[in-house]
Amino acid sequence: MKTAGSLTITTPSDREIAMTREFEAPRRLVFEAWTTPDLLKRWLGVFGGWSLAVCEVDLRPGGRFRYVWRKAGGTEMTMRGVYREVAPPERIVTTETFDDPWYEGEAVGTVVFTDRNGRTTLTQTVSYSSREVRDGVLATPMETGVAASYDKLAEVLASLGR
Amino acid sequence: MVIAGDRHRLDATFAALADPTRRAILARLASGEASVAELAEPFAMSQPAVSKHLKVLERAGLVSRGRDAQRRPRRLEAKPLADATRWLEPYRRFWEGSFQQLDIVLDELQARERKSSTRRKRRSR
Repeated sequence: MKTAGSLTITTPSDREIAMTREFEAPRRLVFEAWTTPDLLKRWLGVFGGWSLAVCEVDLRPGGRFRYVWRKAGGTEMTMRGVYREVAPPERIVTTETFDDPWYEGEAVGTVVFTDRNGRTTLTQTVSYSSREVRDGVLATPMETGVAASYDKLAEVLASLGR
Repeated sequence: MVIAGDRHRLDATFAALADPTRRAILARLASGEASVAELAEPFAMSQPAVSKHLKVLERAGLVSRGRDAQRRPRRLEAKPLADATRWLEPYRRFWEGSFQQLDIVLDELQARERKSSTRRKRRSR
């Protein structure tokens, strides 16, 4: 097993969440894994008893996508949206919305795949319609409840400074 | 899930943290309690200006007053900061969990590519 890259999450503004992660694979493959239903079903939100039961991808500008996650016991979560920009293997821009009452309006997500000598740095920035919506997303129902760790504090403080 | 009361408290915490001087004050208090005069010193700021920031931090529950009646030292309250940190945890867990799976998928895709390119080479011989 390779060492997992460390995930950095920041809140660059009141309405945004940004994250960065490095992968030990060329960006062509990371892009493929990010946009191919059979591959997405193997990783996106697939842990802790959740499965990506429905994964529909129409990868072209104006095309739609829909993800439905299911947990044993019947809990479901649906996310859907429209591709605005599709530029393999560099960049994807989508709108996204969750089928949940707390979620109003839609967000715009930009994923950038940057090549670094055969490795890939992935950066995702999601911009929500309001702070309340963003906060609702952060409190995703996938929460299982883990105690806070103080070493994350520095990150939160640093992100607020930007 | 973050419930309404929690979110209200988080708003106060994040509003208090939105100012760089207040973050610097918290960073200073993280290394031990300090009086208003001691806090004012490194910031080249008047004591009333520092007191104003301290009031915001106190209202957010991030800072409390120590026992010494003369110095009235301020001290850091860790819990609201811990709550603010916890707020990002579900999101982090979702993506960390996902990306650990993605690492495995990418390993397999690369192994498959290596295998098929070896086969191609063999065939072309």
